[in-house]
Amino acid sequence: MSLTHSAHAPRHKRTLLLFLGFLFAALVLQSVSATSARADEVGTEYDFYFAGNVKYDSEPLEGVTISVDGNGYEAEVDTAADGKWKIGVPEKGTYTVTLDEETLPKGVIVAEGSASVEAEIKLTSSKIVNYFLGEGVRVTTSFWDQLAERLVNGLNFGLLLALAAVGASLVFGTTGLSNFAHGEMVTFGAVMAYVFANVLHWPLWGALVAAVIMSALFGFTLDTALWRPLRRKGIGIVQVMIVSIGLSLLIRYIFLYFIGGGTYQLPGAGEARITLFGTVALSVTDMVSMAVSVVVLLAVAWWLLRTRTGKATRAISDNPSLAAASGIDVDRVIRIVWILAAALAGLAGILWAYFRPGIKWDMGTQILLLVFGAIVLGGLGTAFGALIGAIIVGLLVEVSTLWIPSDIKYVGALVVLIAVLLVKPQGLLGRKERIG
Amino acid sequence: MDWGSILSNTASWLISPETIAYALAALGLAVHFGYGGLLNFGMAAFMALGAYGYAISILTFGLPWWAGIIVGCLASVVFALILGIPTLRLRADYLAITTIAAAEIVRLLFTTQVFDSVTNSADGLGNYHAGFRAANPFPEGTYGFGPWTYNENGWWVRIFGICLLAVAALLVWLLMRSPWGRVLKGIREDEDAVRALGKNVFAYKMQALMVGGVFGALGGVVFALPSAVVPSVYVTSLTFFIWTILLLGGAATVFGPLLGAVIFWVIMGFLSNVLPALASSGFLPFMSTTQAATLRYILVGLALMLIVIFRPQGILGNKKELTFVK
Repeated sequence: MSLTHSAHAPRHKRTLLLFLGFLFAALVLQSVSATSARADEVGTEYDFYFAGNVKYDSEPLEGVTISVDGNGYEAEVDTAADGKWKIGVPEKGTYTVTLDEETLPKGVIVAEGSASVEAEIKLTSSKIVNYFLGEGVRVTTSFWDQLAERLVNGLNFGLLLALAAVGASLVFGTTGLSNFAHGEMVTFGAVMAYVFANVLHWPLWGALVAAVIMSALFGFTLDTALWRPLRRKGIGIVQVMIVSIGLSLLIRYIFLYFIGGGTYQLPGAGEARITLFGTVALSVTDMVSMAVSVVVLLAVAWWLLRTRTGKATRAISDNPSLAAASGIDVDRVIRIVWILAAALAGLAGILWAYFRPGIKWDMGTQILLLVFGAIVLGGLGTAFGALIGAIIVGLLVEVSTLWIPSDIKYVGALVVLIAVLLVKPQGLLGRKERIG
Repeated sequence: MDWGSILSNTASWLISPETIAYALAALGLAVHFGYGGLLNFGMAAFMALGAYGYAISILTFGLPWWAGIIVGCLASVVFALILGIPTLRLRADYLAITTIAAAEIVRLLFTTQVFDSVTNSADGLGNYHAGFRAANPFPEGTYGFGPWTYNENGWWVRIFGICLLAVAALLVWLLMRSPWGRVLKGIREDEDAVRALGKNVFAYKMQALMVGGVFGALGGVVFALPSAVVPSVYVTSLTFFIWTILLLGGAATVFGPLLGAVIFWVIMGFLSNVLPALASSGFLPFMSTTQAATLRYILVGLALMLIVIFRPQGILGNKKELTFVK
């Protein structure tokens, strides 16, 4: 019994046309070796088998080589036209099932987990092994090229994160509130952009500007209807924090109510990337996104440092009672801060919808913790700390995927948050007495 | 609309394993927040550690079911240590942010493909029931009446859970009238005053975090006992639901969490039956049945806000016990 099934299966009945089609497919798939005529099922004489279905973007992939190795047995198949493959094995046990990434179409890789997995046939007679394929570049570029690419992506992410974090930090500074509903304010901007651009079919720029304006209005409404009455009532800060949690649940499920559980794309998302240098490729949206973030962040910095209201904001962050005593209208400043924070969060939501890409009802909860991480890293209540913290968190999230799987890329950022609290609890720019 | 089945389904939530599990976790949170003043927003992680600790000890290490429960509790104690050391010395809102972040770390680590062989990643774990069911003292058969008719396994899970809950509630009641509990309440009211009396505030807070965490883990175990462990359950929303339950019943009370859990689940059970039924029989225009089912979560958020604003002490609580919430 031959254990190595690499023999070319006889295909007597194949017509010339099919044969040509096969050749064409082989050329398209760029599989240079002569393995494309291999069977999609081998070892059918055995009782136990591994099987699977290779699909990318719900399209089956033909001619992808899968091999099984273990317990002194090895076999190899190519997937059929419907993407299916099946390899019989003589006995139960653990085998290594490997997908040959070289045989995937260009630009497609095994996105999650490794291309080589340990699979065990234990209780049943079969085991389904599937791979999660995704768009990506195979690890053929050098480490430094990848690092450069990740750094640019991370900077993009960090900048949009900073928009949300600076707003949340200003709110914390002036009111003392860790706003758990900030993530929903981020989602609000993205959902509004979807409403204006996809539902009402406004021109893109008009829709995005309208979404930011709606976000600002949202902030104003929340302050008028909720936060100001609570301040007037003199409700404690812990209570207000829990109110913000209730608000976050309320708004989040209102989004689910209206847009459902699906993911929606804004117009122009996922467009072609233009190679800038080396392997660094950015789409026009990415570049515009970074430019907008930088301009808006500079404007906020200028506002904080140079304008009367901005200075008043910082004064209130420092000492609210003293600020009130020196004639600053604290309530008015806090209202402006809420409007600004909501507008920034809405803008961040739009940019994030392009970066992720996609709009989803619970996208805000994902970014909320990174926003908190950025604020704590920079120092609670310092706007510029939040800016630096956000960029570090953004870089960290993207660069860490060089070493850790992408499905735990947020873990790195959150671990750093806890580590920072251990070493330097006041954050990078915070002052020591703040943490009391 | 079939009111009979709606009311019967609603009544069954009175003693459902979910209700018992949430009550246990809320009791743990009462120790954290109600008695200790600790803002723990990571209860979902304590529950996840209990559930996964139980399931993994049985499936991967072949331990008996009772050892699985112990492992779950130990895991939550270790988690409390890791969480407490960096944050318990800091201001309250640092603990809030850190606990919610740590809970997400735990959930992501249980969800990732990296540990697939142990955690089965996003699909979760199941089929660990044999040991627990073998210990079932009830003979095979169907017992009960009306909406509370279950087979021997259904009763075993419920009675085991209720016993755990009773022991936990008794323990909290005894602890809180002991000197230890009085010091803990003192810390909640004025940390500096207690420190001035020579007490080690950090150690007390850490112990409270561990005790509450163990109740959270037990809640996770009871949640896992009848069904399966799925990582997507242990999201931040779970923590927020536990908070809603605690604040509804009364934060600094022993029976508040129990009452809160029963009210929460009975109302949720009622709405989950009645809203889709109303929508499908045309009483709620402009609303699909899915939307009607989502509506109840919107109401949870609204209820949480209203409770905290208008009755922060909850149903059973005493307002004087909540002066620390400032």
